[in-house]
Amino acid sequence: MTPSSVVRRPAGPSAISRSGIVLGTGLIILTVALFAGPRSGTILMIGLGFGLTLEGFRFGFTGPWRRMILERDASGLIAQFVSIGLVALAAFPLLAAHGGELKGAHAPIGIAMIGGAFLFGTAMQIVLGCGSGTLVNAGSGNPIGALTLPFFALGSFGGAYHLSWWTDLGSLPVVALSGTRGLLITLAGLAALAGLAILFGKSGSHRLPARYWGAAIVLAGLAVLHLVVSGQPWGVVYGLGLWVAKGVVAAGGDLSGSTFWAASANAAQVKASLLTDVTSLTNLGLIGGAALMTWWRAGFSAALPRLPLRAWMAVVLAGLVLGYTSRLAFGCNIGAFFSGISTGSLHGWVWFIAAFAGSWLGIRLRPALGLEARR
Amino acid sequence: MTRSHVALLMALAVLGLLALDQVQSTPLNPYTGPPMLALGSGLAATGGHCAAPPPK
Repeated sequence: MTPSSVVRRPAGPSAISRSGIVLGTGLIILTVALFAGPRSGTILMIGLGFGLTLEGFRFGFTGPWRRMILERDASGLIAQFVSIGLVALAAFPLLAAHGGELKGAHAPIGIAMIGGAFLFGTAMQIVLGCGSGTLVNAGSGNPIGALTLPFFALGSFGGAYHLSWWTDLGSLPVVALSGTRGLLITLAGLAALAGLAILFGKSGSHRLPARYWGAAIVLAGLAVLHLVVSGQPWGVVYGLGLWVAKGVVAAGGDLSGSTFWAASANAAQVKASLLTDVTSLTNLGLIGGAALMTWWRAGFSAALPRLPLRAWMAVVLAGLVLGYTSRLAFGCNIGAFFSGISTGSLHGWVWFIAAFAGSWLGIRLRPALGLEARR
Repeated sequence: MTRSHVALLMALAVLGLLALDQVQSTPLNPYTGPPMLALGSGLAATGGHCAAPPPK
């Protein structure tokens, strides 16, 4: 190897800088705990853990689906099933024994829910980021993620505003598996999906790299901790819509025309501090955790991509679609797929099938929108 | 332009959001907040979640 061919990695932050940032992060968590209460501080810390884990292990939801569809690489998908199964092992007994204090991500299956999940899957492949992925990408300085995020929030607000109209088009009653029998059915379903992934995957892709095992196990641990601390499973989308709702009210807007935002619990949350809202805290933590990990690795020096105008317009539109449809679908990859399945909701399974089908379309649209070279 | 510029914009956006929230929201009171753990608290889970069915 000649000296000119050696790729120089940017020097990382000094030990003093790293110590300072760890101390500063601890102080922020402590301040939130002091002013908003210990639960808020703990949830923010869990959110930071999610961000550090996803960015640190370079793990996510969109990428593994894309690799399964394009390259028949099943490893990331299997890691997701493993993580969901690990959460289910703890969540089912916890919900059975403490159903009053803890709640699952249980939602009805319906026409708008299925259509919403399909379009969400399409849009997430266009921007290469789901709910958590968009937050992590934005935190790590990815301009596509940073542009997607505000439009994702706008869409989430709009989807929630119109949610009742969409669910009135046709919804089944909420069906949630529970108890030991429900857990066994859930684990068997996940095993069946993993078996299908292995069957359709290329040879050897059933072997998970160490970082996938690490991500699956740490994410599962944090998700169970989130349930125990906050009383609800990990979710992303509610908080994003809430940020816009607060902005609308600050600008003098009236939300009384929306069944969703005028409901007493949501109206109270619009008036309350974001530091008391569970999903806002985890979302802020995700952005912060991803930023911390990127800084730690000296990743902020990477140059920005040059994309045509139509690509940026596609990102804006995809952000709106992501937000709007994730409300109709009762969640994104986190609220519906990860948390829905791991707490027994049937809608999580239907969400996965619809969103995976939508992903196939999104992958094919991406080159035409100028976001990558045409295939 | 590098990712650091985008990250700086993100940090300013988050700070702006928190500042707007601070001005507009009911003041925080840690003494009326819920206990640290929902599990074992005896309180019903009440937080907003994207999977919650819409209010009627």
